[in-house]
Amino acid sequence: MTTPTADTALEARGLSVHYGDTAAVRDISLTIPKNRIVAFIGPSGCGKSTLLRCFNRMNDLIPAARVSGEVLFRGQNLYAERVDPVEVRRQIGMVFQKPNPFPKSIFENVAFGLRINGFKDDLAERVEQSLRAAALWDEVKDRLDDNALGLSGGQQQRLCIARALAVEPEILLMDEPASALDPMATSRIEDLIGDLKRHYTIIIVTHNMQQAARVSDQTAFLYIGELIEYSDTERMFTNPEHERTEAYITGRFG
Amino acid sequence: MSPAPIAPRGGRFEPRIAHRQRVGRVFHGLCLGAVVFGMLSLVVLIVDVSADGLQVLSLDFLTNYASRIPDRAGIRAAILGSLWVMSLVAVIAFPLGVGAAVYLEEYAPKNRLTRLLQTNIANLAGVPSIVYGILGLAVFVRFFALGRSVLAGALTLALLILPVVIIAAQEAVRAVPGSLREASYGLGATRWQTIRHHVLPVAMPGILTGTILALSRAIGETAPLIMIGALTFIAFDPASPLDAFTVLPIQIYNWVSLPRQEFQLLAAGGIVVLLAALLLMNATAILLRNKYRNEL
Repeated sequence: MTTPTADTALEARGLSVHYGDTAAVRDISLTIPKNRIVAFIGPSGCGKSTLLRCFNRMNDLIPAARVSGEVLFRGQNLYAERVDPVEVRRQIGMVFQKPNPFPKSIFENVAFGLRINGFKDDLAERVEQSLRAAALWDEVKDRLDDNALGLSGGQQQRLCIARALAVEPEILLMDEPASALDPMATSRIEDLIGDLKRHYTIIIVTHNMQQAARVSDQTAFLYIGELIEYSDTERMFTNPEHERTEAYITGRFG
Repeated sequence: MSPAPIAPRGGRFEPRIAHRQRVGRVFHGLCLGAVVFGMLSLVVLIVDVSADGLQVLSLDFLTNYASRIPDRAGIRAAILGSLWVMSLVAVIAFPLGVGAAVYLEEYAPKNRLTRLLQTNIANLAGVPSIVYGILGLAVFVRFFALGRSVLAGALTLALLILPVVIIAAQEAVRAVPGSLREASYGLGATRWQTIRHHVLPVAMPGILTGTILALSRAIGETAPLIMIGALTFIAFDPASPLDAFTVLPIQIYNWVSLPRQEFQLLAAGGIVVLLAALLLMNATAILLRNKYRNEL
C-alpha cells in the first residue's frame, strides 16, 4: 500500500484501540516515513485522532481506552512493558486541536518543557530558536513576559508548536491544528508545517481534505476505525484505489 | 426533486401575553423579597449587637483577661486562643485537604472504592459538629493524651472542616481544563510536574477561597470545643500548642449564660469582635483569589 522507504520514523503493527466494548481503531498497520508529512483523513468518528494519540501514548490518559498491537519507534515497541510514556512524549511531540498555551508568560510556555526535562544550556537562546522555528519570534520578541493568553488564536497555536519543538522531538503529531483558526492563520500554520518537514516527521490529522492535499506527502484514509487506503497524497487525490475513498474525497459523504 | 414542504397553517393560539408578563413580574418580586429578607435580618442583627457591643468595645476590653468583675473583663485570652487554634487548624487542614483532593482527582482510579470514599466525604461534611467534639475528646484529649490543649482543639476543628476543604479543593482541581494537562503531558512532564506547575496554580484561587470559608466556619464553632473541655476560665496567654485555652465563641457563650446585664453587654462586644474577624477572613479570601487571578 505504501512505498517502503529506507528510513522509517514510525511503524504501527496490528494496532487496535477499544473504548470499553467499542473498537475505535481496528487492526491498523502502516509505516510513517522519516521527514515526510503524513495526513490522516476521514469522516468524524473514524478513529483518526485516536490513532494519532497512540503514537505518543496519549491514550494512556483516558482510563477507558485499551490499546493492543505494536508501535515501533527506533526499533522499540512503544507499548512494551518497560517503556515510560513520559520519555516517549518528549521524543514524539504533540500539537492539539484547540490552542492550549499555559496561562503563563510567552517565555515560560516555551521554557517549561526545557526546564522539566533538565535542559542545561542557554534557556533564553533555545526559547528564541524555538519561537523562530515556529515563525512567531518577530511578533513576540518585545513582549516575551506577557501572558500567552493575550495572543491571537493563530499566534497561540504557533506558540504551542514552538513549545513542542523546544524539547527536540523527532516526530510531531498534529491533531487538526488549524481547525479552530481563521483562513489567514490556517495558511500561516500550513506554511510552517511545510518548513518543518526538513527537520521533523509530521503526522497531521485533518478533516479538511484540501489541507491534506496541500500539505502532505502521504495520506491515509480511515473509515469506522479501519485503514481503507494509504498512499502518496497526489495519487490518492487523483486516482484513489477504493470506491469509498473516492466517495469521501469527492465530497459525496463525510 | 423532492416535494415542497407543507407550511404549518391553522390551529388556534391564545398568547395571553399580559398574563405571562404578570407572572414574570410576580416571580421577580418574590426573588427580590428573598434577598431583602436575608439582608434585612443581617442588618437587624448587626445593628442590635453593635448597639450593645460598641458600649464595651475599648482597648481594655481587647487586652484584659476575663474577670468576675464586668468592668475589668476582656477577651484577651479568647482572641489569642482563637488565633492559636485557627492558625493550627489552617496548618493541619490545608495540606491534608489539598492532598486528599489531588489524590481523588488526579491519582485515584475511577472505581467503586473511590466512589465510596467520595460519598463518605460528602457525608462527613454533614456530620453535626458535636459529634466531632466527642471524637476529639476520645481520640486527641484521652487516647493521645493531649489534654484540653490548643492542639487537641485544633485537631478536632481541622477534622471538622476537612471534608469541606477536600470538596472545595476537588471542585477547584476538577475545573482545571483537561487541555492544560494534555499540553503538559505532551511535553514529557510527569504527573507530579503537571500537578505542581499547572493544575495546582490554576486551582489555587478556588482552593484558597474554599479553605478560608471553611476556616470561617471553624472560628465560630463552639460545641466541639466545649466537648473537649475548652470551657474554662483562662487568665493567661497560651504560649504553646499544649496549653489550655479558650476561644471567642466560648467566651461569648460563657457571658451570655451569666444572669447579670453587664455580662450581656460584654457578650455583645465579643460578638462584634468575632464578626470583625470573620469579615477580615472573608476579605482575605477575596483578595487572595484576585491576586492569583491577576497573576494567571
